[in-house]
Amino acid sequence: MRISVEGLACRRGERLLFRDLSFALASGEALVVTGRNGAGKSSLIAMLAGRLTPAAGEIRAEGIGEATLAEVANHVGHKEGLKASLTAEENLAFAGAMLGRPRLSPREALARVGLARAADLPAGYLSAGQRRRVALARLFVSRRPLWLLDEPTSALDAASQARLAEVMQGHLAEGGLIIAATHAPLGLEGTKTLSIDAHVPGVDMSGGAEGERA
Amino acid sequence: MTRAFLALVLRDLRLAARVGGSGAMGLVFFLMLVAVVPFALGPDLNLLARIGPALLWFSAVLATLIGLDRLFQTDVEDGAIDLILSSDTPLEVLVAAKGVAHWLTTGLPLALCAPLFGLLLALTPGAMLSVAATLVVGTPALTFIGAVGAALTASLGRGGLLLAILVMPLMVPTLIFGVSAASAATAGTIAFLTPFLILAALSLVAIVIGTFAAAAALRQSA
Repeated sequence: MRISVEGLACRRGERLLFRDLSFALASGEALVVTGRNGAGKSSLIAMLAGRLTPAAGEIRAEGIGEATLAEVANHVGHKEGLKASLTAEENLAFAGAMLGRPRLSPREALARVGLARAADLPAGYLSAGQRRRVALARLFVSRRPLWLLDEPTSALDAASQARLAEVMQGHLAEGGLIIAATHAPLGLEGTKTLSIDAHVPGVDMSGGAEGERA
Repeated sequence: MTRAFLALVLRDLRLAARVGGSGAMGLVFFLMLVAVVPFALGPDLNLLARIGPALLWFSAVLATLIGLDRLFQTDVEDGAIDLILSSDTPLEVLVAAKGVAHWLTTGLPLALCAPLFGLLLALTPGAMLSVAATLVVGTPALTFIGAVGAALTASLGRGGLLLAILVMPLMVPTLIFGVSAASAATAGTIAFLTPFLILAALSLVAIVIGTFAAAAALRQSA
């Protein structure tokens, strides 16, 4: 599949967050979105996930047939979407049922993020980092090709970050796409980078760097 | 599609049953209302028996309203709504699942316990049965009318009051026909079946319109 974004602008209330944002991404490629706090990274991810309507511009997706981008995207945002009174496994089973296209079982997915032993614990008992890992385990319960990750490494320890980089590389090798908003380097090779700062109106353009890194 | 529907119903039933869930809240509120009324009105058994069906119905409306504001709000707060909205199952189906789960945890227990609570209001066995029957048939209308309001106020922090103002007038027809069918057994002025069938029709209409309206509202507000 292929995603192309042209002239995208985002308005939240009265404020124009960014404008003229364009990029294209094909299967096997990853895009890292950077920018200062409040620049609109999360808003961009939310737009791609179909949760926000662009103020201008277009998001096009090819090669996904009748489906919308939201239906092929596996979105792990700031809010983990975990129910405190359900166990990690129950939370993942629910996510799997919502996302469709089953891949690994909830227990196998938890094992992938190193939480096999926490499967039967209520999500409310887990630490911030563990909750984050349960949310990331959602990437394995469904075969959705586009991963939309908002600050995926927040609250993760070094080992978990390394494991995340590994599975992201694996996803790209299988022909998946990743769009991640992050401050921290993800440890991925051959990613495209997009700095939102360069598209924020009224901000010194020389500060932002946009381009592709091979 | 069936899998997603069942998964959502099952999850909401589990959440209602677990610690911190709102499973018994509506029922306990219902019991409180019904138990306090005889103290307020005094021990006039004839009066209680006459107004009993209306009181039970009125309490059922209030008990339905009390937990309704959290129907979609919890999912919006913790982000689970993202999963629900990004599902390839139509949102209408998932909203219907939320409504079914809410009815199973609120409306159905109210209807099943109504005969028992009818004892407090000196209802005759016939009246108890007709109240229970009308509540079983009528509470889906309350749930699905309320779901529209719940979807509209999902992203508001304290949407409870606004929700009540929005949906209470829409619940009035259900209340009127519910009470007139339920009190047919005691009053005897009208047949039971006529208002009962209209009540059933109101529920069916509310399930269809409420599901689509709530899904449309949720797309906008969540």
